[in-house]
Formats: sequence, C-alpha cells, structure tokens
Amino acid sequence: MTFKTEPFVVNAGPQHPSTHGLFRMRFTLDGEVIQDVEPVFGYLHRGIEKLAEGLNYTQDIVFTDRMDYLTSMSNNQAYVLAVEKLAGIQVPERAEYLRVIMTELMRISSHLMTVGFLLNELGAFMTPLLYMFREREKILDLFEMVCGQRLTYNYLRIGGVSQDIPEEFLPALKRYIDSLPGFIAEYDQLLAENEILLMRTKNIGILKRETAINCSVSGPVLRASGVNWDIRKADPYSIYDRFDFDVPVGSVGDIYDRYRMRIEEMHQSIRIIKQAMAQMPSGEIQSKVPRVLRPPKGEAYGHIEAPKGELGFYLVSDGSTNPYRFHVRPSSFINLQVLRELMTGVKIADAIVIFGSIDICLGEVDR
Amino acid sequence: MTLALPATEISAKLETQFPGSLVDSSGNTIVVKPESIFQIASFLKNTPGFDFDYLNFITAVDYNTYFEVVYYLVSLEHNHGLILKTRCTNRENPTVPSVVSLWNGANFQEREVYDLMGIKFEGHPNLKRIMLWEGFQGHPLRKDFKLQ
Amino acid sequence: MGIEDISKPYIYPDIELDRTEGEAIEAARKLYKQPIKDPDSWLEEDISRNILLTTVDAIINWSRRSSIWPINSGLACCAFEMIATAASRFDISRFGMEIFRPSPRQADLLIACGTLTWKMAPTYKRIYEQMAEPKWVIAMGSCAISGGLFRHSYSVVPGINMIIPVDIYIPGCPPRPETLLHGIQALQEKIKHQSIAKKKEQS
Repeated sequence: MTFKTEPFVVNAGPQHPSTHGLFRMRFTLDGEVIQDVEPVFGYLHRGIEKLAEGLNYTQDIVFTDRMDYLTSMSNNQAYVLAVEKLAGIQVPERAEYLRVIMTELMRISSHLMTVGFLLNELGAFMTPLLYMFREREKILDLFEMVCGQRLTYNYLRIGGVSQDIPEEFLPALKRYIDSLPGFIAEYDQLLAENEILLMRTKNIGILKRETAINCSVSGPVLRASGVNWDIRKADPYSIYDRFDFDVPVGSVGDIYDRYRMRIEEMHQSIRIIKQAMAQMPSGEIQSKVPRVLRPPKGEAYGHIEAPKGELGFYLVSDGSTNPYRFHVRPSSFINLQVLRELMTGVKIADAIVIFGSIDICLGEVDR
Repeated sequence: MTLALPATEISAKLETQFPGSLVDSSGNTIVVKPESIFQIASFLKNTPGFDFDYLNFITAVDYNTYFEVVYYLVSLEHNHGLILKTRCTNRENPTVPSVVSLWNGANFQEREVYDLMGIKFEGHPNLKRIMLWEGFQGHPLRKDFKLQ
Repeated sequence: MGIEDISKPYIYPDIELDRTEGEAIEAARKLYKQPIKDPDSWLEEDISRNILLTTVDAIINWSRRSSIWPINSGLACCAFEMIATAASRFDISRFGMEIFRPSPRQADLLIACGTLTWKMAPTYKRIYEQMAEPKWVIAMGSCAISGGLFRHSYSVVPGINMIIPVDIYIPGCPPRPETLLHGIQALQEKIKHQSIAKKKEQS
C-alpha cells in the first residue's frame, strides 16, 4: 500500500539551536525527504560595506574583525593585503612571519570549532565540543598575550602589526604546538573510527567536482570534492612560498571528506607554524605608513585562503582618506550556494549535518 | 601565482569575434558593453585556452554617472585571472544580462548586487532581495543613499 | 539535481512569504521608536515589603536566582563569548545555569548577545514573548546596548531596549566571559530584591 503525501513547507530558523547563528532555511518536505530548500539570509545584515565607506582605511580594520568572528586575524590579513596592494606598501619581514603565525593559529582554532559543532550536530552532544573549546581557549590565551583581546584582535595593521610579541610568547607557542598533534590524533582516533559517525557522514551530501567549481565554492569544501586549489599555493601571498606544506585533497566530496580536510589542514598549519618559528628574523614590525593614508586612485583585490574559503577584499580608491567602495568576497556566503544541490533528496535529519559540514559564520554571510 | 592575463591579447581576440562590443581595455581589465556581456562571458568560459570555469566574485560600484559591474573570472586549470567589467549609464533602471546560466556561483551574488545597488539582472531565475526585506525603500550602497 | 537545476525557481511561492515577513518588519520599524524603560520597581521593594511575605519571598527568590536557565540563542559575535562562558574553562554551571534551553518556553533568561537587526526584530520580540514569566533580559555587548559600532547603519536596531525591556547591561565589544559571569551575578542580586506581591512591570 502506498500513501500519498503533500509537500509541506517547514522553517528552520532564524532562531534554531543548530544553525550557527541567525540563519533560516525553508524546507519543502515530502514525508521525511527534502524536496527543496531555500536559504534565507539577512538576519545579521549590519551594512558593513556601507559603513566602511564612511571611515578611513585604518578604522575599517575593526569592521573586518567583526565579520567572521571566528577568524578575525584572517579577515584582518585579507583586508590589509588589499590596502597594501592599493597603496604599494612594503611589509617588514618580521611582521610577515608574525602574520603567518597568527593566521595559521586562527585556522586551527576555526577548524577546531567546525569539527566540534559538526559532531555536536551529529548527536555527540557537547562532549567533543567541550574538548575543542579547551584547545581553543589555549590559542585565545596566546592571542591575548600578543594583543590583549580574546575575539576581536585588530592586530594586523596596514604595513605591519600593532605590536611586537612579548618574550614569553614563543616558548608558550612552542609548548602548545608540540602538544597539539597528540590531542588532534586522540580526538581523530576516537571519532573517525566511530561507527555512528561513519554511518552518518560517509556518502552523504556528496558535492561533485563540476558543481563545486560551477558554484564558485572555495576552501576545504572545494578541496574535499577533489579540486587542488589553495590560494596559498595557487597565488602565494605574504611569504607562503617559503614554507613547505601539503594541500590535502579529498576524493568523494561527502561530509566525511570535508571533516577529514579540516583535521589534515590542522596538521599542515602546525607544520607551517613550526617553520615560521624557526625562520623568524628580528627587526622592525611596522613600516612607515602615513597616519592618514591616502592611496592613489585605482582599485585592488586582495585575497587569502581563510579557514572557510577564499576571502577577498575589492577596494576602490578615489584618492581620498576613505575607501570609495569596500566589497567583500565572502567565502561562507558563496559556499552556501551548493546547499540546494546537497540537501535535495536527503532526509531532514541529515540536512543539519550537511549544513554544519559546509562551515559558515553568519557574520560573514550577511555582513 | 595566478597569472593576470594581459588584456590587450584578449581584447584583440574579442574584437574579431564580437566587433564593436569592447569599450576599454587596460592592464588585466576589459570593459565591455552591457548588452554583449553574456556572449563574451560565454566565449571566455568555453574557449580552449581561456577556460574561465570559476567565477570568483561579482560586485558593482556606483560612480555617480554610471554603475560599473565587476566580474572576476579565474581559470582553475590554467591558473590565470581576468577582470571583466561593464557599465550601465541608466540610473533609473540599470539592466545587465544575468550570467547565472553560465555559472551558478552568480546566483546569490547577483541577488546581492540587485538588493544593495539596485541593478537588475535580466534572465535571473529568482531576482529578489536577499539581505534586506521586501518593502525596504532604496538601495543602500548607492552613493545617494544617506545614512541617518 | 543537475548543475543547471541549482538556480531554478523554488517549488513554493517564496516571494509571498517574503512579502508577509517584510510587512511585519516595516510595522516593527514604525512601532518601536522609543527605548522601553528599564524595569526598576525592585528599587523600592524594600520599603513596600509586607512582613508576612518576606520569608516566602526569600525562598522563592532563592530558588529562582539559583536556577536561571538561559535560552540558547546567539545573535552575533558575543554569542561565542557566551558559549565560551558555558564551555570548559569558565563553566557557567557553577552558578546554577548550565542548562541552555533551545526552546524559549523553558527558559527564564534571554542573553541578547550581539547586533539585533530590524529583519530579526519581530522574531526576537516573539522569542521574548514566548518565554514564561518570570523572565529576565541581559543586553550583552555594545551592539545590544546601543547598536555599538553599527548604530548608524540602515538595518540595525539602535539598542535592544527598543524592542524588549532590559534588566542588566554588560558593556564590552565583546565582553569577556568573566564580565558575563559578573553580569549574571548582578542579575541574581537583583532577583533577590523582587517580591511576589508586586508584579514585575510589563513592557
């Protein structure tokens, strides 16, 4: 006997415990199977692009901190890169190394959160997340040592960084970096061999290579689908061409591959930080930049490999103190375009896990 | 290093293929007429040697007298990039053909440009506001939209 | 689903739903122009307190303030400091409020952590109204207090007290977890002075 069902529209969000913020999805369900999904944005649209046009180049760094609040250092890096390109500013060696260390630490911290929340949504309620938070707090301690803030750092400045590291920073970093691989391996062993986790992630939410490229997906989600594209290798910025590291690439493109990418990338980030610590020269941390910067007329696009994908800033200058146009290429926002492809045809219980595996931050999606 | 393709090389090819559609070319930027943007984008995507399979971002800039829509195209295969621009002078009803049928990556970004800058993309499957709500007056990223 | 299907129109009338939502937002924008007065009746409670009720009050207030259950609702950046407060190091459960409820109907405390936009405002108001009495609100961070960095934006509510009455304000951008804990203790102190004889004033 077969039952006839009618399509049924269900809202998830904007207030929903597992939407990583204010995000809303309108599901059309046939029984338990998703027929269609529409992401609805804008519940955190704060008008950063407009507000940034009213402040000068240095002041705009604070807006980038609050975009993707889990990866503030990376946002700073992308923005100052664009401004330095626009104004033709050189950055001292030591500052470049400090930037690399900070952004790679930020990547580890962001991936820890992604994995933690993904497992939370898989049903491992809170326990793995608490362990991830324990490790993240140690990274935040390191950042606090450097710039006194826990979440919004404003550390990278145009032409350098705001202050040099204190004496006790490098030993503390070394202690942390030495202990981290053991922790990651332990979590990975506990989780990746877990039957439930494998059942719920393998071959679910497969993103095909062609679709990923066609939808402009970037970051770990793109690499999980088998595309070897990392801005650090493809278009090396800062001093990434000096480091020896691998780009992990997935084969299937399912949730498990996306989870795997994050674990592997943490190991690669540790490798980069170790090399940067060994090579770091002493010297200046800030080049001479006018107090009120007036870049020449023109435009520049600075992009980096942020933890969530390619983050870019497209700036247009009219020769005045404020940017004429301040556009962000938001990685999480663009990655969400594959949501419909991934979720159509799966059960509603998997939808939240798929959503968690894309890894978004609403501050960046809506800006 | 993502190679910035020299515009002069491409513009010569485009000029023979689509005569009279180019407005300007300098550095790695090509400016084309809005009515021919779809054909040129399609040509750049499908021609061997260019293979711009990846649409990095779309944005728009308000220059008071005209709007400039900016497309940054990248080829993952050859690792080169190109900035494609188009200008529309009509301030009341600026219209540009949509490229969603070439790259699905344009879908939300075109909606965002429509929402915040008020440029209509002809042929977009579902052009409606994305960040702001239906009923919001004006387009905030235009230069004549003043904050309180 | 093929590549060409990803951008096809949705199978239900999404634009109509959007319009209904937009009307509610516009109505909220017109309605909430002035900040709501902070509840301060507890200031005079000591004077008007009835002798018979003090013991009952003491017991009720003790149980209420020792088991405040916050709602699991994050708005923006400050949400991560709220989660960090609940997580391993700062451990909010030391103060009897580790149970973050996903449903507003089971929660007593709304920690407004982050920027509130007009698009979210009607929903947020509804979340507040769904909470059962007695309920309290903490405005965490400068965005929730006054709009903060984004006060002049076209889409941001300049302060959460335009929408709902606020009991405690915690400054910072974002406030540290210790500050949030301090704010919660201040709220506990405030609950201590409430009386069941006089109802908490409504918005």
